[in-house]
Amino acid sequence: MSVAIDFAGVSKLYGDFRALDNVSFQVNEGDFFALLGPNGAGKTTLISILGGLNRASSGTTRVMGFDVQANYRQARRAVGIVPQELVFDPFFTVRETLTFQSGYFGIRKNDDWIDEILANLGLTEKANSNMRALSGGMKRRVMVAQALVHRPPVIVLDEPTAGVDVALRQTLWAFIRRLNSDGHTIVLTTHYLEEAEELCNRIAMLKQGNLIALEDKSRMLGRGKARSLVLRLQPRELPASLQDRLISQRDDGSFELRLPDCGALEGILAELKLAGISVRDIEVAKPDLEDIFLDMMQTPQPASPT
Amino acid sequence: MTGFYTLFYKEILRFWKVSFQTVAAPVLTSLLYLLVFAHVLDAHVEPYPGVRYTAFLIPGLAMMTMLQNAFANTSSSLIQSKITGNIVYILLPPLSHLEFFGAYVLAAMIRGLVVGAGVFVAALFFAKPAFAYPLWIIAFALLGSMIMAILGIIAGIWAEKFDQLAAFQNFLIMPLTFLSGVFYSIHSLPPFWQKVSHANPVFYLIDGFRYGFFGASDASPWLSLAIAGGCCLLLALYTLQLLRSGYKLRH
Ligand SMILES: Nc1ncnc2c1ncn2[C@@H]1O[C@H](COP(=O)(O)OP(=O)(O)OP(=O)(O)O)[C@@H](O)[C@H]1O
Ligand SMILES: [Mg+2]
Repeated sequence: MSVAIDFAGVSKLYGDFRALDNVSFQVNEGDFFALLGPNGAGKTTLISILGGLNRASSGTTRVMGFDVQANYRQARRAVGIVPQELVFDPFFTVRETLTFQSGYFGIRKNDDWIDEILANLGLTEKANSNMRALSGGMKRRVMVAQALVHRPPVIVLDEPTAGVDVALRQTLWAFIRRLNSDGHTIVLTTHYLEEAEELCNRIAMLKQGNLIALEDKSRMLGRGKARSLVLRLQPRELPASLQDRLISQRDDGSFELRLPDCGALEGILAELKLAGISVRDIEVAKPDLEDIFLDMMQTPQPASPT
Repeated sequence: MTGFYTLFYKEILRFWKVSFQTVAAPVLTSLLYLLVFAHVLDAHVEPYPGVRYTAFLIPGLAMMTMLQNAFANTSSSLIQSKITGNIVYILLPPLSHLEFFGAYVLAAMIRGLVVGAGVFVAALFFAKPAFAYPLWIIAFALLGSMIMAILGIIAGIWAEKFDQLAAFQNFLIMPLTFLSGVFYSIHSLPPFWQKVSHANPVFYLIDGFRYGFFGASDASPWLSLAIAGGCCLLLALYTLQLLRSGYKLRH
């Protein structure tokens, strides 16, 4: 598997403030990668460094093997970025905007591809509208289109679904998924964790400029607290043999137990039967990225990736 | 090359789409100056022997308008894209600092030259200046609009808000252009103010430009050319360095 993006020891200082602290990780070609973290974690800063909008204070960043500083031309051709802030040029129509954007990348006759992008983002009818005349969500779609005009192998979306309706979210993700299956590498930041959970295969978490986790999604979802078993028992007591699995006893008297994998379920039920305790209700709490996320953001973590 | 050309074309369209404000309005303003000053002074002032004041004023006004519009084009384009944030769409593509520089400067020069030519053509209804040396006219028109286009880039990069840009314009560009001999021959000034005028680079632009029309000037056209060319070169090198370093554009 070859590397699409390589951050190596990237730090960014704003005066004395460390927005990024020695961040190193790689995104592989073909990944659908989620970059998560609370407000101010440094996600946008990292993406800006990738796109050459910001300069790292130290460390190197490569896209498809090209250094974003030394080989900026090749590096910028290789990446398409959808900025987080809603920005547009009020002087031009949607089609003009996309034609200019193609031209900046040195592409002259791009109408076929532009038409295809417009169709896939539901913008065909708005092609000749002025940017000013579009709704916020429509403008966001144009921003996505602008990042795609040069068919970049790496596509980075910084909160693309903020302020976007459900219908567009679905069309957008269907399109991005198709681009991903066509071989494009996708990097996504979002505060909708279910989105990351549904779409991505790998996840990195940033917190206060530090990388605190980098894993395959399935591994992350399989971690400790995320999977749990809730049991309502009669009588309301937990056999001693199961005490070490206990996470908490809830207000209604039910017990929440750690469930590392589904295979452990049989053993637990067997223990209960042995102790003569009957199960009144059972619930397997679905692993949820949100819980893991909140958990990781609360507990202080050593900065050890993978 | 396509990248440069696209940016250049976009910059042209940007002012051309609103040409009523960016071309017609400045032409009209200059004509008003011409009307008022010519009416008041034509009968009383003869700046050069045999040259009517109105004829004298026309090249100066054309040059001043050209300078102001070249400056306005780069500076307002940059500050607008910075403030609205859409400058990211010019920073993300693989455009070099030279392409960036060339596209902005050239488009602004064209706006300056179009407006200057507009002033000139409209002014012909009032008086006809001579065309002693057309090559000097062209040389100073190009140099003047280029210098101001470059200054506009510097101002646009440096300013973070519209009022900072306005300050740059009101406290630097306006005094330099107004006190450069647009409305008078500096020979009519007291010696001290003549000296001061000689320290103003814009004076040489207007003086050299006027030489192209009347074959007479306050300073030698070669001196004016050397000073204007030198300024232009220094400003260009400085600005290219700013752009290469990403000053205030790439944080
Ligand atoms: N130009 C700047 N000058 C000073 N500090 C900055 C600048 N840009 C960003 N920061 C700081 O760097 C930190 C990281 O910001 P960044 O925008 O990367 O966060 P983020 O993870 O994208 O957050 P969000 O989820 O809110 O978009 C923040 O504390 C922010 O205040
Ligand atoms: Mg952000």
